[in-house]
Amino acid sequence: MKKVISLAIVFAFVMMVVFAAVPAAAQEDVRVGIVLSTGGLGDLSFNDAAYRGLQRAEEELGISFDYIEPADPSEDQTALRRFASRGYDLVIGVGFQMADSLKTVAAEYPDTKFAHVDQAFENVPDNIVTLNFAEWEGSFLAGALAALTSESGNVGFVGGVDFALIHRFEGGFYQGAKYINPDIEIQSMYADDFGNPAKGREIALGMIDDGADVIYHAAGGTGMGVFQAAEEEDIYAIGVDSNQNYIAPGYIIASMLKQVDKAVFDTVKSVVNNNYQGGNNLYFTLADGGVDLTSLTKVEQPVLDAYENGTITKEELETIRQMKEEVTAPYADRIAKIKEMIINGEIKVKNWGETGRPENL
Amino acid sequence: MNKYSDKIKSVLTDLGLSLLSIIVALIVGTLFIYLTDKSPLDAYSALYIGAFGSFRAIVNTLWRSTPLILTGLAVALPFRAGLFNIGAEGQLLMGGFTAGIVGFYFTSLPTIIHLPFAIIAGMFVAGLWGGLPGVLKAKLDVHEVIATIMLNYIAMALTINYGINLFKETGRPATPRIMKSAAMFNFNNMNKYPFLKDLPLSDLFSQPAIRLHLNFFLAVIAAVILWYLLFKTTLGYELRAVGFNPDGAEYGGIKASKSIITVMFISGAVAGLAGVGEVLGTHFSFMQGMDAGYGFTGIAVALIGQTHPIGVILGGLLFGALAQGGLEMQFSGIPSEIVMLIQALVIFFVAALQVFKVYLAKRKAKGGVE
Repeated sequence: MKKVISLAIVFAFVMMVVFAAVPAAAQEDVRVGIVLSTGGLGDLSFNDAAYRGLQRAEEELGISFDYIEPADPSEDQTALRRFASRGYDLVIGVGFQMADSLKTVAAEYPDTKFAHVDQAFENVPDNIVTLNFAEWEGSFLAGALAALTSESGNVGFVGGVDFALIHRFEGGFYQGAKYINPDIEIQSMYADDFGNPAKGREIALGMIDDGADVIYHAAGGTGMGVFQAAEEEDIYAIGVDSNQNYIAPGYIIASMLKQVDKAVFDTVKSVVNNNYQGGNNLYFTLADGGVDLTSLTKVEQPVLDAYENGTITKEELETIRQMKEEVTAPYADRIAKIKEMIINGEIKVKNWGETGRPENL
Repeated sequence: MNKYSDKIKSVLTDLGLSLLSIIVALIVGTLFIYLTDKSPLDAYSALYIGAFGSFRAIVNTLWRSTPLILTGLAVALPFRAGLFNIGAEGQLLMGGFTAGIVGFYFTSLPTIIHLPFAIIAGMFVAGLWGGLPGVLKAKLDVHEVIATIMLNYIAMALTINYGINLFKETGRPATPRIMKSAAMFNFNNMNKYPFLKDLPLSDLFSQPAIRLHLNFFLAVIAAVILWYLLFKTTLGYELRAVGFNPDGAEYGGIKASKSIITVMFISGAVAGLAGVGEVLGTHFSFMQGMDAGYGFTGIAVALIGQTHPIGVILGGLLFGALAQGGLEMQFSGIPSEIVMLIQALVIFFVAALQVFKVYLAKRKAKGGVE
């Protein structure tokens, strides 16, 4: 036994000595550090989109970037601070949990530029820019499309967590559906969880039982369960954030795009071109393509990519194409018209995130 | 004299074995790091530097260990009485939520009243949450594992789903921020106090990145109190007797049911303190995700610490170091999945070691007979 112990101690000592050597960090032109929200990469929505934006910036602008997926919220501040202290030019934080930490760290490093995705601040400091999205405008289109394609006059909304950010989606969807059909019935439920597909499926199945035949989700990973329910019960679903149309081929008629990748890319570009707009809450809207609906007539690149890397088969790609032709293409002009009316202000969409969610819907 | 040197020897053996299993875990971990095309040496040096490489790193390792020590204690204490408390997670949530509410609701109390009030309220509610399965066990013989697991779900629903939703108008999925008067003392602010700023380390502590707060010391004090309670008091003796043989203890005149309720109440309160510290010291509001599974990790901490209060401190420090250094590993380019895997390997090997030790003890016992 003694041998074992002394061996262990020697081992530990050797390791400590070895660890003392620190690798030096390489220097490049513009370096971007991003701290993702707790869901991390692979959420097929928010974090993945931010990551795509940086990949694009890496290819087109020649920047380099590093990312961190915190295991829990107590790591946010440490991660942000590490990027700032290592001299990164732009430090990005994703998700509402990060807001307080980002403000704290930004105050300590006034010469570093920061960006926060998804929460507007009051009195934004000069070295922070917040990237926000007019989800209510995009969701309005999703609501209108749902009402147009619904045969039962009954549509559903599944939200992640019941708070202001998700109310923006719900509000847009609600107003859009009512705009097309004032008598439409809209079921609305919150899963209280962004990562629980089983719960998403339960909720969607319940809504289908009560007559819904188009369901829109704003619930991150929970939404995967909504797609599954749609596939099982042969109804339609609408995706969110990224182009999710290939996840359940033929059952997802469109996705409400929240172009986090574009916003992130634009911010990096502004830093590279020296016109970073610090001190502002930026809103990305329908007008500048920051939010949008996927094309109702043609199959777009993310779906083709999914075919090319083998996620979906040729038949499934064909199913999607056929579905677009039969189900959504007839309404393409109508939706384009509505989009135009929102952009030029003829339709005013209320932001439930600010006005609050109306009682007794 | 001889008795003491035997004891020291056995403690050293334990420590050496634990260290050995950590090293084995790291060696197995290198295989997985090779999968990512990174150098294991870089990865482990990052782990070490992140956890112990600087004054700041060490202090923050203490900070990350705090909730783990407390949940570890909350599992270890009932374990000694033969009870398996899976409910530390729920008790942590109840304690944290209560402290968060007390922290923002009272707007004009001085710190000297507000902070202790918030801490005690959180611990008390969490204690009740832990005591309930104790009562069920003692009076109705409901198995404590089932009861505590179910109470975890109820606590999650009550605090995260229902509780936070009450405050959804604030725009963030969290309770409102607590008042300054309820915040735990943070070592970062040391040089803002007249007496403390003259202490030797105050300059080092005032770096902005220092997150260590009062709760670490409360955790250590809790461990010492529990150690005293367990080994130096009648109650502790009774607890251990019940854990050893409940029927025998009853026969010997110990009221098992009273001990069970008491131990579960204390354990709940200790787990609650973990949540209280996270809310009043780290996040300043009860927010979604702040529990981070500490209640469940606490089970591993307690087992690694051999359910001895002082061992639990060491176990908590190990896990805290893994958490604190894990982030640094990500900075050296190791994906977070591999970081988690290495953390899990350490737990696995340390746990496997316990089995190995039981085997050794058995063999020794046999040898003794021959």
